[in-house]
Amino acid sequence: MRTLFTLVLLLLGGGVLAEGRVHEFTLGNGMRVIVKEDHRAPIAVSQVWYKVGASYEPDGITGVSHLLEHMMFKGTQAHPPGEFSRIVAANGGEENAFTGSDYTAYYQTLSSDRLEIAFELEADRMRNLTLLEEEFLKEVEVVKEERRLRTEDSPTSLTYEQFSAVAYRSLPYANPVIGWMNDLENMSVEDLRRWYRLWYAPNNATLVVVGDVEPRQVLELAERHFGPLAPEPVPPLKPLIEPPQRGMIRTQVRVPAKEPYLVMGYKTPVLASADAAWEPYALEMLASILDGGASARLSRNLVRGHELAASAGASYSAFRRLPGMLLLDATPARGVEVGRLETALRGEIERLREELVEPEELERVKAQVVAEQVYDLDSVYYQAMQIGILETVGLDWRLIDDYPQRIKSVTPEQVRAVARKYLTDEQLTVAELVPLPLPGAARAGERSVVEARHDG
Amino acid sequence: MMVERIGRAVALTLALLCSGGAWAGPVIESWDTPNGARVLFVGARELPMVDVRVVFDAGAARDGGRHGLATLTNATLSDGAGAWDADRLAERLDAVGAELGLGARRDMAWVSMRSLSEARPFEVAMESLEAVLARPRFAAADLERNRKAMLIALRQSEQNPGAIAKKAFWGAVYGAHPYARDGAGERDSLAAITRDEVLAFHRRFYVARNAVVAIVGDLERGAAEALAERLTRDLPEGAPAPALPGVAALERSDQRHRQFPSTQSHIYMGQPGMHRGDPDYFTLYVGNHIFGGSGLVSLLSNEVREQRGLSYSVYSYFAPMREDGPFIMAAQTQNAKAGEARRVMRAALEAYIENGPTEEQLREAKQNITGGFPLNIASNGKIVEYLAMIGFYGLPLDYLDAFTGRIEAVTREQIREAFRRRVRPERFVTVVVGDGAAAD
Repeated sequence: MRTLFTLVLLLLGGGVLAEGRVHEFTLGNGMRVIVKEDHRAPIAVSQVWYKVGASYEPDGITGVSHLLEHMMFKGTQAHPPGEFSRIVAANGGEENAFTGSDYTAYYQTLSSDRLEIAFELEADRMRNLTLLEEEFLKEVEVVKEERRLRTEDSPTSLTYEQFSAVAYRSLPYANPVIGWMNDLENMSVEDLRRWYRLWYAPNNATLVVVGDVEPRQVLELAERHFGPLAPEPVPPLKPLIEPPQRGMIRTQVRVPAKEPYLVMGYKTPVLASADAAWEPYALEMLASILDGGASARLSRNLVRGHELAASAGASYSAFRRLPGMLLLDATPARGVEVGRLETALRGEIERLREELVEPEELERVKAQVVAEQVYDLDSVYYQAMQIGILETVGLDWRLIDDYPQRIKSVTPEQVRAVARKYLTDEQLTVAELVPLPLPGAARAGERSVVEARHDG
Repeated sequence: MMVERIGRAVALTLALLCSGGAWAGPVIESWDTPNGARVLFVGARELPMVDVRVVFDAGAARDGGRHGLATLTNATLSDGAGAWDADRLAERLDAVGAELGLGARRDMAWVSMRSLSEARPFEVAMESLEAVLARPRFAAADLERNRKAMLIALRQSEQNPGAIAKKAFWGAVYGAHPYARDGAGERDSLAAITRDEVLAFHRRFYVARNAVVAIVGDLERGAAEALAERLTRDLPEGAPAPALPGVAALERSDQRHRQFPSTQSHIYMGQPGMHRGDPDYFTLYVGNHIFGGSGLVSLLSNEVREQRGLSYSVYSYFAPMREDGPFIMAAQTQNAKAGEARRVMRAALEAYIENGPTEEQLREAKQNITGGFPLNIASNGKIVEYLAMIGFYGLPLDYLDAFTGRIEAVTREQIREAFRRRVRPERFVTVVVGDGAAAD
């Protein structure tokens, strides 16, 4: 079906589509190299993914992966602090990095004839980072500012952070990626040095390149720059399992705010942990039935319909390293009690447990998946992201191929089955943002009375 | 996670067709529809998809005292149009995987559509878009719901110190000018907007001669012409929006503090900056790129973040608009450091105005901007936004082709001269929002 569809387009459009060719290699030192061709524009994205992130961190040093990601821009013996970014910039490149629960990744997007510059710099900082104390002391302050900006001063972020912290009994997803403030306060450069030695080695990394490149040439360049790096023994990962949740968990976050907010989550399996291979895809489908487009149930019933929510969303990912949750979040509509909104959200879950979803609803989700397949090709960055995430959480990038077919084969009965099995009150966690008073609507230029601040 | 890959066998066939050759960048074609809408089109046949972005001079600057009117009008466009109510319209689009987008800022309001180019999805998407543009229902219940949602969004912005600071900054820089307001509305004005006002706003501003249609994707020129005509044929011809008042330069320094119980203080400083098509545009753009517009590499970031660890996000930019948009310099830092951060930012700017960039800084900035330009036009999604911008502001059609040359032509002396002439820190608006008590 999919093949036919593409062929027809080729005949009609006569386009020059070379996307889709994926080549994979493994260097002698164990580093994985995955190259996907996309010749639409003379650019390429290079991403280096490490199998390390917040879910690898022991208590006391939460946030160390993210802090180390910041320090990766602070120089090696060959390149003093700041020079890395200057070289990329002067070559017309765009660069950054990101840390998640399951991965840390670094990327450059640049003209495809400059790819080697990215490799040279990434190979250097994979093994030769200086980690100067003086630079660390400044950068940890930057990260604390980042935490204040993203979390401390954001009532909804604080609510989500507390939600995760109470939901997980054993899994490290309980900890925020940016780390607890106390751990940042007590972090030392030696903690980062240890973390860097443990995880930053070619055999714990995947290089993903997507763009206007010749795979053989990419491999040659990768061999030249990454090939000589020595592999290291990487610590074996202990199997982690969340003990069964035996009853609903509730928490409140009471901070100065204007509007309430609700986060709910049901413990669910991921691809690697599910009892049956179809279950995670049924959960993906279920999340889209709730929140896949403006016609999905949350928008239709709660935002329009009964007008109980100003906004409402649902999300789930089958592609994480460890089991997570099917999440719901919502802001009540004006004048609606949070409790009423929660009842309505749980009512939508109840309906999924009781009734089979309509075939038209399934068809709409499938149509969106098929269209997104095409839309995703508009971004080399996103194509690389998909490959990098799968490889780094221990799955195979070929799952990308299977996804539409897997979604297409989900049945209404399967959606009901996963709802009945996983979306139960016993496995539910609820966090509610309870707004405390903020200073009144003072105009700029006035100094209004300082209110006591509650630390929630 | 949505992931995909086109089948291997097909891709191999396709690859044979892909031969090398110099990449010329997008070729922009432009024409007017019979009733006067400007069209900009780039054919991109590689992917079986089409992006359309229709922009109107119907942003918050056209609110006319009814703050929030432009946003409310725009937000309600997709809640039912022609033969379909909001639910039916959403079902139609979701059933073919089409993506409808809406938005309004100060200058521009837009409606966008992304669709597969295959006949049936394309037809459903464009038939829907045509109705959304010309025959929105503006049902009373939908307007009421969106009005309430805007009130909630307004209150949520009041729990965010950064949003409070930004709003206060624009208000102080623009005073009585329409740019003072961000389009989110105010409690009283939102409550007062009537359905008739929304209908009148739509009638006046969502008209062909006030519209630009940008199209990028898998269709031929003839099909693009037919599409543009179809999307605009039921719009009244109307007239372009009238000129906005000019923006007055600030006459004196204005410093404002707003108490807020946050751990950080948010700092915004600046003044009116430049407009699209400004004679100093490229000079100020390159000059700011070096000073505060190039992320970690910029001078401002180096002083505030790299050297002192004061802030996570520190930057400056000119926001070029129809009339002079602002020059903004911003950062956030823990309350106790707010004074230091302000002094460092101000000193960095004064030194830059005094000295200008070095030859090396200018050379590297040019390499970054021109070398990185292909990245900015490497996807249909980015190109369609460029087209809408070029059409909306009446920039020359060779804007993209000429861009590199214009950047290369900028000199050190021009940057220094333009910054001295146009950036006046002694008359800046400075807004700080945070817990001042903690700073003392």
